Amino acid sequence: MAMNRIIVVTSGKGGVGKTTCTANLGMALAKSGKRVVVIDADFGLRNLDLLLGLENRIVYTALDVLAGECRLDQALVKDKRQPNLALLPAAQNRSKESITPEQMKKLVRALTKAYNFVLIDSPAGIEMGFRNAIAAAREAIIVTTPEISAVRDADRVIGLLEANDIKAMRLIINRLKPAMVEAEQMMSVKDVQDILAVPLLGVIPDDEQVVVSTNNGEPLILGKELTQAGTAVSNIARRLQGEKVPLMDLSVPKDSFLKKLRQLFN
Amino acid sequence: MISDFLEKLFGSREPVSRDTAKQRLRFVLAHDRSDISPQNLEKLRQEILEVVSRYVELDLDGLEFSLESDQRMTALMANLPIRRVRSNPLEPDTPVEEATDSKLELEDDAIELDEIVEEASQTADIPLD
Repeated sequence: MAMNRIIVVTSGKGGVGKTTCTANLGMALAKSGKRVVVIDADFGLRNLDLLLGLENRIVYTALDVLAGECRLDQALVKDKRQPNLALLPAAQNRSKESITPEQMKKLVRALTKAYNFVLIDSPAGIEMGFRNAIAAAREAIIVTTPEISAVRDADRVIGLLEANDIKAMRLIINRLKPAMVEAEQMMSVKDVQDILAVPLLGVIPDDEQVVVSTNNGEPLILGKELTQAGTAVSNIARRLQGEKVPLMDLSVPKDSFLKKLRQLFN
Repeated sequence: MISDFLEKLFGSREPVSRDTAKQRLRFVLAHDRSDISPQNLEKLRQEILEVVSRYVELDLDGLEFSLESDQRMTALMANLPIRRVRSNPLEPDTPVEEATDSKLELEDDAIELDEIVEEASQTADIPLD
């Protein structure tokens, strides 16, 4: 059997879509038949449960497992919509210091026995919570947006991952606005990629539907008809499994006559 | 005439924020990645200038000295315009004239805050009638 994959999803900056990516990617991998567990490593500010719509089903958390108050399988929340997916919740009423990197490794090691993919949703920042999240990981997915502050923080995180011997890193560029890129008022995929110099795993276009799906606790991937962003995530899940899937065409519908004329004169 | 007309018709090209973002990022990342303190970078600059100035006279106004970063490699980029070559290089100990920036130093009694405060309180004492 192929080796189990332990992947941390991280970004440095908060609010770039890390948790949304983890939830949807986990769901997409599960949908393709893999056994997936997603770990919320954001102790004190957990949200992965909400994005997955599993917040009402949490009984125990990772901390209860470590304290010996329950077994690991009792803490796992199995998704009824997608039985291949399980969530290991973080404790909400505790701080990031309430767990150590060693304890995280112990949990992950146990989970790899039953799951093909262990996705760890890292908290924002580069402090203790981040260190816990990367402790057990063998691979990393860096999520960024084409914004100056997000790219800068991603760069910092890439440096820290390298220093921690996590060499298998791949980049997701989230919330790309193709029309703005075309108008050269937003950095392009290539711009960000050139700067960060990490292999690209995928590009997710900005999509208002993400807000709706978050409101409903129904990851985009569960939708009957995938939006562009949903397709992008599903492509990312396929690439993660070694499939060669070309990047989606995100170019804005063909130029108007006036725009073409203007380009002619520039 | 014609170009004026075209500009009116189509609007002129403004600088795009995409390039500004890239340029600003390159600059901060070079510093972030190198992990060198501004103090040490300044010291490095001073010492390089000192060495180079023994051999050539530099145009101090045209100096450029920066860290740049590409493909996760950081490079020190220095552009040191030469005014003239010294026929006899200076000895290592000879002080080289520095750009005459006025120095702002924080010595114990250099800034007399008390006086300023006093002045301010005097102003406040002016009766309002």
